[in-house]
Amino acid sequence: MGVHQSATASFALMADSDIKTLTEALPGESFEVTAFTTPPPLADATVAVVTTASLHHPDQDDFEVMDTGYRVLDDSRRDYVTGHWSPNFDGSGFAYDMNTVFPVDRLDELADRGVIGRVADQHLAYAGNQFDLSAIRMDSGPAGAKFLRNQGVDVVLLTPV
Amino acid sequence: MSTLAHVFEAEGIATIALGSIRKQIESSAPPRGLWCDFPLGRPLGKPGDPEFQHRVLDAAFSLLNATEPILVEFDESIPDRGDTVLTCPLPPRHDPDAHPAIDEARGLLPAYVRGVKMSDGRFSAGRVVAADDIPAAIEAFIRVSGGTPWAEAGIPGLPMRVSHDIRSYYETAALAMVDHAPAAWASTRWFLDQTETGKVMMAARQAMQDQDAPQPMWFYLTPGDR
Repeated sequence: MGVHQSATASFALMADSDIKTLTEALPGESFEVTAFTTPPPLADATVAVVTTASLHHPDQDDFEVMDTGYRVLDDSRRDYVTGHWSPNFDGSGFAYDMNTVFPVDRLDELADRGVIGRVADQHLAYAGNQFDLSAIRMDSGPAGAKFLRNQGVDVVLLTPV
Repeated sequence: MSTLAHVFEAEGIATIALGSIRKQIESSAPPRGLWCDFPLGRPLGKPGDPEFQHRVLDAAFSLLNATEPILVEFDESIPDRGDTVLTCPLPPRHDPDAHPAIDEARGLLPAYVRGVKMSDGRFSAGRVVAADDIPAAIEAFIRVSGGTPWAEAGIPGLPMRVSHDIRSYYETAALAMVDHAPAAWASTRWFLDQTETGKVMMAARQAMQDQDAPQPMWFYLTPGDR
């Protein structure tokens, strides 16, 4: 079995837009006031990634269904695996290139060029496919934010899956 | 994800939220949002394309200059029309006595092992069913598709989780058999529509629905629009 290209089928199959339509109306949390933090200049800022792709290191606990906790991801490691329990996302992009979801290599390049101050030593991952977000809003979300603030993080890039 | 953006901002961290679903990011209104019309699972758009990924990041970080909440659309879409399927040959029949799906899964093991190595196991099987046990897991779904009550068929775990590992096994094997980043969903379509095991999973899903299995037990065996 060798090299093969993708082909275009002549019959209609599922489309990404169909799956988005299934999920776009799921209710989220509403916030009466939108908090808004002004960061230091980007060239001086410490930047972390927080993803809702349920990433974790292989030696950490996998995510359970409805797991509202978070996992701490070390920037010095590159062994990130997805623990997302959903059939409704394409996993091949992340399998081919982790930066498709978790762009830490790109952040390293931005830090080398001086565009950002530095990349955080640790990042966070949550499970995004939640039907009840209150525990994240009231508990694990603030806890994760405090954890990153204590690491000196100024800016967070949030990536879904 | 936007919930986290609101919470983190309240704790003194500036955030930029990438969103793939327009209505979701509009309704959840993160303080700084960048809607990227990219396929689900690919928030940076294009695997293996650092230049494109940097364009997304440049657009994202530019939102830090805003002085009030802002939602912006990225200037390039990656449409998925549901018609791109990975072209990937399947192993020839080896054991004529085995069910075609079982024979197929066994034949894909070497490609799966290569795929795990290539991808560092990022989307591999083994969360509930080890790779060596995938054929046995498929056997359980064959029984379901043949009429065995789903709860008595020997599915080695929650059906959704087992099916997740089976799909990951196939898609990881496919990754090793192509020389490029598959288009979004192309390897999923290949699995569901062109492999023997995909046919089994679709048949088992229908059988479970017909058996009045609880909806989450059968619905999440495949992507939701199936």
